[in-house]
Amino acid sequence: MLGEGIVKGLAETAKNFAGSFVSKERLTTVQYPEERVEPIENTRDFPFLVYDGSDPMAGLRCVACQICEKECPPKCIYITKSTDKKPDYVGKPQIYPARFDIDISVCMSCQICVEVCPFEAIKMDTEFELSTTDRFEGLILDREQLAKSNEYYNKIHPTEAAEVDARLAEEKAKVEAKAKAAAAAAAAKAAAPASGETTAKPAPQKDPAKEPGA
Amino acid sequence: MIFGLSIAFWITALFTVAGALAAALLKNLVHCALSLTVTFAGLAILFLQLDAQFAGFAQMLVYIGAVAILVVFAILLTRGAGAPEYRIYTSSWLAGIAIAAAVFALLAWSVITSLPAGAGSAAPDVTVLSIGQALMSTYVLPLEIVAVVLTVALIGAVIVAMHDKGDAKTHEQKGGAQ
Amino acid sequence: MNFQALTLPEKLDQLFVFVQHWIMGFFPAHWQPLVGALVGVVGIVASFPAIFALTTVLERKGLGRMQNRLGPNRVGPLGIFQPVADGIKSLTKEDIVPVSADGVVHFLAPVVLVVAIFLGYASLPIGRNMVLVNIDAGLLFFFAVGASTELSIFMAGWSSRNKYSLLGAMRAVAQMISYEVPLLMSAIVAVMMTGSLSTVKIVEAQSGFTGIFPHWYVFTPWGFAGFVLFVIAALAETNRTPFDLPEGESELVAGYFTEYSGFKFALFFLGEYLGMMSIAGFGITLFLGGWGAPFSFLNFIPSWAWFFLKLLAALCFFIWLRGTLPRLRQDQLMNFAWKFMLPMTLLNLMVAAAWRFLGDSATGAWLRWVLCAGVLLLAYVGLGRVLMRKQRLGARSYRYAE
Repeated sequence: MLGEGIVKGLAETAKNFAGSFVSKERLTTVQYPEERVEPIENTRDFPFLVYDGSDPMAGLRCVACQICEKECPPKCIYITKSTDKKPDYVGKPQIYPARFDIDISVCMSCQICVEVCPFEAIKMDTEFELSTTDRFEGLILDREQLAKSNEYYNKIHPTEAAEVDARLAEEKAKVEAKAKAAAAAAAAKAAAPASGETTAKPAPQKDPAKEPGA
Repeated sequence: MIFGLSIAFWITALFTVAGALAAALLKNLVHCALSLTVTFAGLAILFLQLDAQFAGFAQMLVYIGAVAILVVFAILLTRGAGAPEYRIYTSSWLAGIAIAAAVFALLAWSVITSLPAGAGSAAPDVTVLSIGQALMSTYVLPLEIVAVVLTVALIGAVIVAMHDKGDAKTHEQKGGAQ
Repeated sequence: MNFQALTLPEKLDQLFVFVQHWIMGFFPAHWQPLVGALVGVVGIVASFPAIFALTTVLERKGLGRMQNRLGPNRVGPLGIFQPVADGIKSLTKEDIVPVSADGVVHFLAPVVLVVAIFLGYASLPIGRNMVLVNIDAGLLFFFAVGASTELSIFMAGWSSRNKYSLLGAMRAVAQMISYEVPLLMSAIVAVMMTGSLSTVKIVEAQSGFTGIFPHWYVFTPWGFAGFVLFVIAALAETNRTPFDLPEGESELVAGYFTEYSGFKFALFFLGEYLGMMSIAGFGITLFLGGWGAPFSFLNFIPSWAWFFLKLLAALCFFIWLRGTLPRLRQDQLMNFAWKFMLPMTLLNLMVAAAWRFLGDSATGAWLRWVLCAGVLLLAYVGLGRVLMRKQRLGARSYRYAE
């Protein structure tokens, strides 16, 4: 009969209306600033830079190779290479980024920078409370703001970070083994003082004084 | 009181005449239609000032609610509502003025020759009720005739609108031929 | 009337009337009618926008609950100060007028709309002895003034120089004109039974009681049918869901007020809700006994309180419908108006006439009940079946542009 559907619909909304006062399960809304839902593991929004150890600037894994800058589709990454070198996680002296800016007003969260990075230095963040009163400068994040510890990375993306850590540890072990073998060979070859041994020793936080200001 | 007429009358009369003049003189057709509405509203208020409630409200309902809308729709559906390029002062104005003067003269003549509402005769108390009763008793035949005319108009409109479907078919055939 | 001589419920009932007379007492006799009218106008202009503010928050919270959300709850306890925040926001926002817009008409449209809608309240009886102008043709006045809102909507749409605005305005005007016919026709049954166009007399005709039950028109077959038809037409007339095509957000942005911002937009919003309240108020007056109590033993509650309670109930029903029904399509809307509403209202007129002439003698009373209810029910079911079968109200047939 005409109007049957209207009555059914009215009954349905009335049920919802009354039910929302009685059962808490009906209300799916989370009262955001006070209550929060933990983001799921695969959440991603904008990239950040991973560092090892305790000093963010000294421990940056980034070597300023600029692959991400070139690959970035909207061109929102700006990198300036440093003129000097600092040792990386295996102790090898590397160029580091003197400037590393990401304009998150341009970034489209495509994750291509993460895919192309050979050094596991750039990863996707889950931080979303990025609002600012300055829409130009406030949305350009510099390397101090972008640098986040490996522990933080382990916290937000545990599975992915564990894989990365395992791979890095493997690489490092390989390098160390190689260095050890080389050192042993050198020691066996000559009794002369092996100057190469000291440089091969992993010492990432050895010289913070060498680190230039941003 | 100015010339024995209330201030309210003068204000309304001013608006009515201004609206009528604007309707005749403005260039944009939609503006003309809207000015005409001001005139309609002014006339309705004048009726109400004369205690002719039914006439006043009917004026509002029919002229502002229907005729003005009809005029506006007609303007929008027929041609652009923008200002015309040609001059609006044309030779047809002379004919227009002549017709307007004739109508005015006729109205003035009928008003002047009609019986003056002297001080002796009290104004008749015309309520909506008495209008209704008059329509249903004395004037029932004219009312019925008007009703028939309106029904015919309504059916005519429906018939005109019903050709829509046939048109769609012929369009289809045309489309097929192409 | 002497205020002291009245009992307490009567005092409460006539409170506002006496306040008005008390204020009028301060002025010389020559000015008293003007002052009295001004006090009444101030009362209406203050109280109905206040209800508007209440309705907006009720609507947002109610709709939220119907969709299993919480609705606004940030401004003040439970979000009750949300309208204040909205008001401040709309007052401080920039007023943008499009470059190519017709400035004067663009400005006048919201003003004309709100003024016309406020005028409609003049003949609305909101309590015993509480009507601004008690004129003989009160109902006619309401419909006459209501008809002029269409023009202001057209003005808004046309002056914006925006295709969405113009489309919205055309839709709104077409819809309002189409539904004005059934609206008037459904209201006429109450006028026929009362024998007067005066809103006060219509309410008084419904103020009796049989036992504890009131003599509201809605409790008769023709009155019920008239009421339902009136509600449907009123929804369409005020552009409320499911008849909100003129402002269909998804296809027309906001229809005729797309190009309005700041306080002009707020005026349109206000006008829409005031129109809704005034038409609900007239529906209450025509069919739900106006300010009368629903049971004789509840008569001690002031008449104006009953009116506003009924108004709130009507507004809640409008909100409930908005939370339930999807928007109609233009062809469905027009078919419904001309093929269902109009025949039903015409039939209802005849049924009401039959009811009148069957008389209310002992045997006639139940006979006319059965007869009138039967005819209306049959017509409703039959018309519904026919229209559904012809798919006039059903599934859509598509026709593409060439």
